[in-house]
Amino acid sequence: MNNQSVALNSNLTPPSTTSLYSTLLSVFRRELRIAFRQQSDMLNPILFFLMVVTMMPLGISPQASVLSELAPGLLWVIALLACLLSLDGLFRSDYEDGTLEQCILSTQPLYFIVLVKVIVHWLTTGLPLTLVAPVLGILLALPADGFIPLWLSLLVGTATLSFVGAIGAALTVSLRKGGLLLSLIIMPLYVPVLIFGASTVRYAVEGVPYGSTLAVLGVFFALAFVLAPLAIAGALRMSVEE
Amino acid sequence: MDWQWFHRLGSPRWFYEKTSRWMPWLLSVTLVLLAVGVVWGLGYAPMDSKQGNSYRIIYIHVPAAFLALAGYYVMAIAGAVGMIWQMKMSYMVMRAAAPIGAILTFLALITGALWGKPTWGTWWVWDARITSMLILLFLYLGVIALQGAYQQQQTANKACAILALVGTVNIPIIYKSVDWWFTLHQPATLKLVGESSIDPSMAYPLLVMIAGFYGLYSWLLMHWVRADILQSESKTSWVKELVAAK
Repeated sequence: MNNQSVALNSNLTPPSTTSLYSTLLSVFRRELRIAFRQQSDMLNPILFFLMVVTMMPLGISPQASVLSELAPGLLWVIALLACLLSLDGLFRSDYEDGTLEQCILSTQPLYFIVLVKVIVHWLTTGLPLTLVAPVLGILLALPADGFIPLWLSLLVGTATLSFVGAIGAALTVSLRKGGLLLSLIIMPLYVPVLIFGASTVRYAVEGVPYGSTLAVLGVFFALAFVLAPLAIAGALRMSVEE
Repeated sequence: MDWQWFHRLGSPRWFYEKTSRWMPWLLSVTLVLLAVGVVWGLGYAPMDSKQGNSYRIIYIHVPAAFLALAGYYVMAIAGAVGMIWQMKMSYMVMRAAAPIGAILTFLALITGALWGKPTWGTWWVWDARITSMLILLFLYLGVIALQGAYQQQQTANKACAILALVGTVNIPIIYKSVDWWFTLHQPATLKLVGESSIDPSMAYPLLVMIAGFYGLYSWLLMHWVRADILQSESKTSWVKELVAAK
């Protein structure tokens, strides 16, 4: 395993010598390094996104008029599913090699460590998905006005999805087959993000100002950013205690 | 303040013995309320001028939907109490509330579909309230699935309590979002029975039914918790004596 070789040095040294900032920085670096070593974990959600988008013209109709009507909703639903699939491994390797226990034992608050881990998860899954989404918009004949809103809504929306989904990942980390269960418990919680994300794109395509729906997505993100780490930290403590 | 009652509440044995005395009373009050409500609502309440007799399903539908939503909060609050005070009794209430809530949500959906067929001409419409109820059902099923996934009861309890609390924060957001989504996609051509404009002669039996459903819910919850107590305390001497006496 590659992950084991990257030690959480700062957590092992006496608390007086490490500040919160340096701990979080080392967690951030470590997470990024692991993500870049396991590039398939980063690429797979994007490939999934691409493949499911390809299924749509095959299953529904290749006609541009039909596809452009459905494109805003389809792109958002598929991006949401790709996010869900990427969540299963979020805490898994840390749980198995004991890093999670060290994070909990650390003198630094688990809340911030979790926050950094989720941010890195978004940087390595949600952000790449957002970046490729416009290309997939071309494949689904998304009208030109929809591209920037699609990009903006996914940028804010996938970050919310990462935070909310991480609660599910933390709850199911100790289960051997947590993947499907994680999707079942988290998908209902994704409903508001999906509604406002897809509506932002649809508004833009129809020529209606979309600032308000984008702002609501921003509210969801702010709420998830502040509150979700509380639930994630609680769930991780519970999973490690088992 | 005397907190003894609160600590007693945490004892499965005390709960079991107390509720043994309450259960028959609760059941008889519930049955009377339900009987009065059903006979009054189905037999004596006036017919609706537009919907005819089909509106009478609200006497089941509305109370079920009422308690399905309230039940989620019962579950979440019980979970929170369990987490804060480490009370196993409270976790038992949470565990019992999940399937009961799911059944009531399902009942509300089914009665809604039965009412929709003669009124709207279709079993299913993506109406805001129906969609919200469906998502509520998913939330309940998620808690039940998580409960079943863990080998250890204690871990399952904590996991479900966290999920229920996260759900509680989300339910108002989900409801508002779905409401907004509905107004965006469908102008209000379909309107449910306006509960606020309901005639008193129709509303009184409905109130009786709601009270009856509250009784039924409490009775089911207690029954479920008592069964759970017997199962999880089956190794203790008082349960063994109880079983031997029967």
